[in-house]
Amino acid sequence: MLNHQALVTLLFQALADPTRRQFVERLSIGPASVSELAQPTGLTLPAVMQHLQILEASGLVRSEKSGRVRMCQLQLQALAPAEEWIGARRANWQHHFDRLDAYLAETQPDDEKGSQE
Amino acid sequence: MTSPTAPATHGSFTLERHFNAKPARVFAAFSDMNARARWFVGPPGWKEMERSLDFRKGGSEVTIGQWPDGKQSNFQARFEEIVPDQRIVFTYNMYISDWHISVSLNTVELFADGSGTKMIFTEHTTFINGFDDPGAAGRKEGSEGLLDRLAAFLDG
Repeated sequence: MLNHQALVTLLFQALADPTRRQFVERLSIGPASVSELAQPTGLTLPAVMQHLQILEASGLVRSEKSGRVRMCQLQLQALAPAEEWIGARRANWQHHFDRLDAYLAETQPDDEKGSQE
Repeated sequence: MTSPTAPATHGSFTLERHFNAKPARVFAAFSDMNARARWFVGPPGWKEMERSLDFRKGGSEVTIGQWPDGKQSNFQARFEEIVPDQRIVFTYNMYISDWHISVSLNTVELFADGSGTKMIFTEHTTFINGFDDPGAAGRKEGSEGLLDRLAAFLDG
């Protein structure tokens, strides 16, 4: 996974700020408009938009204009790269199966040879 | 390192692999201990300390090895269901030395695929006792807390 580290960095940067975490918490309940997100923070709209841009860059949030309102939605699958534990376990099994692949090639019986594409 | 009070973390993944070998040969690489010892090993520097395989429903498998830093990897599995050349369902406990880090449920499914085999490998794991992958170097305490929150958040 070439971009794994870069993705994790973006995710952690996005979540390092308490305002952005507040947005994520709010969006975990359901989609919200930019002004709904802004209201409890007391921030100006440009400041809110800046936070949203960082969240969008990390893939955590997607926003879409719906009429005159910009609606934001959480993209839960973006959190997957942050699940390092299961990622490490997965990589571990991949390594085992790489070796299994090599073992099967080394022990290939003659009647299996030549039948390959 | 062991933190019995740390919340459990859950994860799942599925791997799909193609092997240039018929399902029976892939299956034998799981069921035969000598074959298993050829590929089910740790990374370079890891030394096998103990291995046993009782490949039958209810049977167990143990693979213990040592990393260069002296820590031991201890894999303790039990076969829950076996369909020759087709399916293996097993559970396993993973320990790092005496530290019980995870409990997993795994399924290996083999399908004939041309002249080879398609394998679908699925794992569901519960990480316990504050497991923090020793391979993920440079993890800061702050991000650990963050990961805990992320995990709790993901689990709803």
